[in-house]
Amino acid sequence: MAVTDMPNENEKPKVRLLNDPKFRSIIFQALLVAFLVWLVWGMVSNAAFNLQKAGIASGFDFLGIAAGFGLNFSPFLEYNSDSTFLDVYWVGLQNTLVLAVIGIFFATIIGFLVGVARLSNNWVINKMAYVYVEVLRNIPLLLQIFIWYKGVGAFLPAKRNPADLGIFGQLNAAGLFAPKPVYSDGAGMIPLALLAAILITFFISGWAKKRQIATGERFPVFWTGLGLIIGLPLLAYFIFGQPISAEYPTVGNFGPKGGMQVIPELIALILALSLYTAAFIAEVVRAGILAVNRGQTEASYALGLRPGQTLRLNIIPQAMRVIIPPLTSQYLNLTKNSSLAVAIAYPDLTAIFAGTALNQTGQAVEILLMTMLTYLAISLITSMFMNWYNSKMSLVER
Amino acid sequence: MANTKNDVSFVRSEMVQAVAPPSGEIGVAGWMKKNLFSSTSNTILTLIGMYLLYLVVPGTLSWGVFDAVWSGENRLACATVAQGGELPDGWKAACWPYVGAYFKLFIYGRYPDAELWRVNLVLFMFFVGLVPLLMPSLPYKRENLIFMLGIFPVASFVLLSGGNLSLNGFLLPEAIMAPSTFKFWIDFIILSLIVCGLVGAYMKATETDPRQAVTLAAIAMAVLGVILFVMSVDFGLVPVETSLWGGFVMTLVIAVTGIVAALPLGILLALGRRSQMPAVSLFSVIFIEFWRGIPLITVLFMSSVMLPLFLPDGVTFDKLLRALIGVALFSSAYMAEVVRGGMQAIPKGQYEGAMAVGLNYWQSMRMIILPQALKIVIPGIVNTFIGLFKDTTLVSIIGLLDFLGMINLSHSDSNWATPVQAMTSYLFCALIFFIFCFAMARYSVFMEDRLNTSHR
Repeated sequence: MAVTDMPNENEKPKVRLLNDPKFRSIIFQALLVAFLVWLVWGMVSNAAFNLQKAGIASGFDFLGIAAGFGLNFSPFLEYNSDSTFLDVYWVGLQNTLVLAVIGIFFATIIGFLVGVARLSNNWVINKMAYVYVEVLRNIPLLLQIFIWYKGVGAFLPAKRNPADLGIFGQLNAAGLFAPKPVYSDGAGMIPLALLAAILITFFISGWAKKRQIATGERFPVFWTGLGLIIGLPLLAYFIFGQPISAEYPTVGNFGPKGGMQVIPELIALILALSLYTAAFIAEVVRAGILAVNRGQTEASYALGLRPGQTLRLNIIPQAMRVIIPPLTSQYLNLTKNSSLAVAIAYPDLTAIFAGTALNQTGQAVEILLMTMLTYLAISLITSMFMNWYNSKMSLVER
Repeated sequence: MANTKNDVSFVRSEMVQAVAPPSGEIGVAGWMKKNLFSSTSNTILTLIGMYLLYLVVPGTLSWGVFDAVWSGENRLACATVAQGGELPDGWKAACWPYVGAYFKLFIYGRYPDAELWRVNLVLFMFFVGLVPLLMPSLPYKRENLIFMLGIFPVASFVLLSGGNLSLNGFLLPEAIMAPSTFKFWIDFIILSLIVCGLVGAYMKATETDPRQAVTLAAIAMAVLGVILFVMSVDFGLVPVETSLWGGFVMTLVIAVTGIVAALPLGILLALGRRSQMPAVSLFSVIFIEFWRGIPLITVLFMSSVMLPLFLPDGVTFDKLLRALIGVALFSSAYMAEVVRGGMQAIPKGQYEGAMAVGLNYWQSMRMIILPQALKIVIPGIVNTFIGLFKDTTLVSIIGLLDFLGMINLSHSDSNWATPVQAMTSYLFCALIFFIFCFAMARYSVFMEDRLNTSHR
């Protein structure tokens, strides 16, 4: 009978092994892994042969050898002629981070200002912000670094007669000679006072929120906090007898003396990096604010909130959710772009470790691996932190 | 009707003409009132903006145009009295004759004068092929694409380098046959037969009709053969080494080759990242995140210092080729993320529909998913290209004489050395880059608007 010929539904149909998707995927993956192993093995054995031929001992022993070259900039770490290549690595990392942090600070401020200006009703401000964004982001960053360093730098005053910038110090071809803070006894109390002010503000805002939920009464947290954060350190400054004073540079026969020298490479890089990244941040901010529905503004007006309150309590918190992820990638871009410092010899990680140290030791594989893994680690740590922050800020849907 | 006589109520029998709007609301004055001086804070902003404009615009114009020097033979034309020239002390403005004198070097590098027609022909072919491709309304897109991705790269390679590639064979051991061009073609035919055989055997094993697949494999190998043949033919062109290439043409070569190589690699990586196979997706994720996490300059250092170490003894790569490999791998990771974005935007129904009509994985990707995904990521691809185009300037750090490298090299010429030299050349470079990048960005916006079919 025909019915008995029907295959049992529980029985798997007979398929050729090659047509079985599971089997095929295993074969395919095995082939890929085999290919990668072959590729890596080939590269390693070639590298071993080539290094042997060039007489370079592989390994990380070179990190303990004295580097023997001088560096003109190391704001926090000690560096002298006895320092090893490992010290060079740390100084390079420090200089990269110094550059990145200062660059991010200015890029954020300029970027938010320009981003808001792009949405202004004022025609002049709006168009100026537009031109700023389009010009700055369509010119290569490396070219902008050269423009500031070599182009504008060519017009800096000669070393002997610096331009006087008043409280900012003196400026000449050797850089900016800023006033140097001089600490005396009790100077440590000022950061402590600042910390205390921040903690108190934190507690007050928690208490005010609780009280508002319980009684509906509001407390001027912002102004209290601002007063505390400015007031307490100022109070500490005067109580402990003005422990911080500024040492102004004086003009000597061979240019400014004393003060804190900021090398022109750093100034040029900060200008170029922050102005360039600010153009991208401005677009991020603009898109974030535009992403908040217009109805939100109208609803808060309907509730009786004033424009300032609407912006602070309604628009910005919602826009921040959209802004933070792309803002993070702009921060990472800035950090990675800080490696262009090598072009004008600012002693960052790429310039002194992947550049000078590599040329002196010839340990190309080890040094480039360390450099690349460092940048990779900075990227991954920042993304992890920002993902955590983003998930905290994101909308809780029920 | 009784008190009609005394009724003072007024009924208008004709329309009254609309009164003209107050003079403060229309014309220039009205526009200014609305857009510049609508409130006190707005007025203050306008004044601040005007002041900033006053600081920037007149200075820039006089620097670049009004005070600039437009003709001259050497540095004396752009030197002040104190510097040995005739211009008043304190003069600072652009020195355009210097750019004029170096124009050929900035654009073509040190490419031999007699062979410049080859570069010009390549540039001509590039723009003639690209412009119709970018206009969505023009027909023959397929033929155009074949020209741009098939004929143009081979022709440019032959024209720019001179062709005449020496091919020595790769398969048979030297004991059987001495290396020669003839041996290469024997090797190539053997390889083609092996490839066709393998494809046929695989199709046979999976119970599919092998004829179509084998024909396709044979055509692919034949096309590859023709390309290699054209590259190896001696057209009588003088060979020009890549060390003579340079200037803006090299910038274009690196950027275009980088993006063309990055696109197929990026598509493969994007497919790999979305794959169900753990080994494949893990590999793709690590590959993509690695390249995206490191700066391009370390990639270029790697390709110039580390890559030669990984190659077998005796194999050397050209400096330009090494940079190209680095750039292509780097941008393929960014391209993969762009393509993945497009694939995620395709509704799930498209994937299910493709499966429902019985297409296998590669068929559904090739015929259903990728055509839609690639179309919606055209703006993203253009933006990646803009980024890559700007980033090609980094090759000047590893010693290639691209546009920026050539400009920096020209600063060592004492014939034109003045304090304004650097700024003048950078201004010129910035202007060229701005024109190209801004045009591409506008094109990207135009495509975005065109592709956006949602109601707004």
